[in-house]
Amino acid sequence: MHYNLCDMIADITQNAVEAGSSHVTLACIQTPESLDVTVQDNGKGMSTETLRKAEDPFYTDGKKHPNRKVGLGIPFLIQTAEETDGSWNIQSEPGKGTTVTMKFNLANIDTPPVGDMTGLFLEVLTLPGEYDMDINRTDSTAGLDYTLNRNELKDALGGELESAASQILLRHYIADQEKGVKQ
Amino acid sequence: MTLEELRKLRGQMKTEVEKRNTEGKTIQIIVGMGTCGIAAGAKETLNAFLKSIEDKGLADHVMLRQTGCMGMCAHEPTVEVIVPDMPRVIYGDVNASVAKEIVEKHIIGKQLLDKLIIDKPAADIMSK
Repeated sequence: MHYNLCDMIADITQNAVEAGSSHVTLACIQTPESLDVTVQDNGKGMSTETLRKAEDPFYTDGKKHPNRKVGLGIPFLIQTAEETDGSWNIQSEPGKGTTVTMKFNLANIDTPPVGDMTGLFLEVLTLPGEYDMDINRTDSTAGLDYTLNRNELKDALGGELESAASQILLRHYIADQEKGVKQ
Repeated sequence: MTLEELRKLRGQMKTEVEKRNTEGKTIQIIVGMGTCGIAAGAKETLNAFLKSIEDKGLADHVMLRQTGCMGMCAHEPTVEVIVPDMPRVIYGDVNASVAKEIVEKHIIGKQLLDKLIIDKPAADIMSK
């Protein structure tokens, strides 16, 4: 499984962007007991049959890397959820998009640490491609409740997110939100 | 920080970046962030690059991109580095301290880190 939950969420969110989506929503709702995550995209979606196959680590559609025989993103999610008293659900419709929900039990000793939310958000906001993304983040313990919108941030950063200059500022901006600095 | 403050800070840097881009002299760092890269700690690598680039005052000279698996999962995190007038190389096993070393030796010092070079993406994942 992945080292922490943020890595898992990054992996699943990357799938959403790579599905040719024009819009992706990522919600991370945290309490002392649980982390509830929803990744919703409007990309190409999957049939019920493909979705069932994607749960198998030895399945890949073979398009991204023609000669590879594994696809570990979703199997990692399933493994982690099942071993740590969490839950997961994937709903998908071809041509409409996919919604992945994951619930992690933070009170279970086997649940991986949450990880670095600032790094996660920076990572998924700076993936290659033209897509908009809304991030909703709350953490009841830390008193956090904020949103990030990719197009708005991109516009504020002069229209590009690829330069180190933009990413350094973006990192500081997200870190501020994650520290609960009042706007 | 507010969105307006972010806009203002970026505005102060903008002209420099535009100048570089038109000259086609931008340095590129491409980090492999497939499932394998993520599992091997590519996020820490990405963060280490950002921090080191900021510390060395290179923010306006470098483009930082993410890509998927480069096919050499055993050597993740893998990173491609493109410096104008130098060969394009892919480094393997790039943890946070190697990332710092790449910025200092390769990007600033113009010296390749020979022992960490693993050449180019694996042939079996290249699209035909």
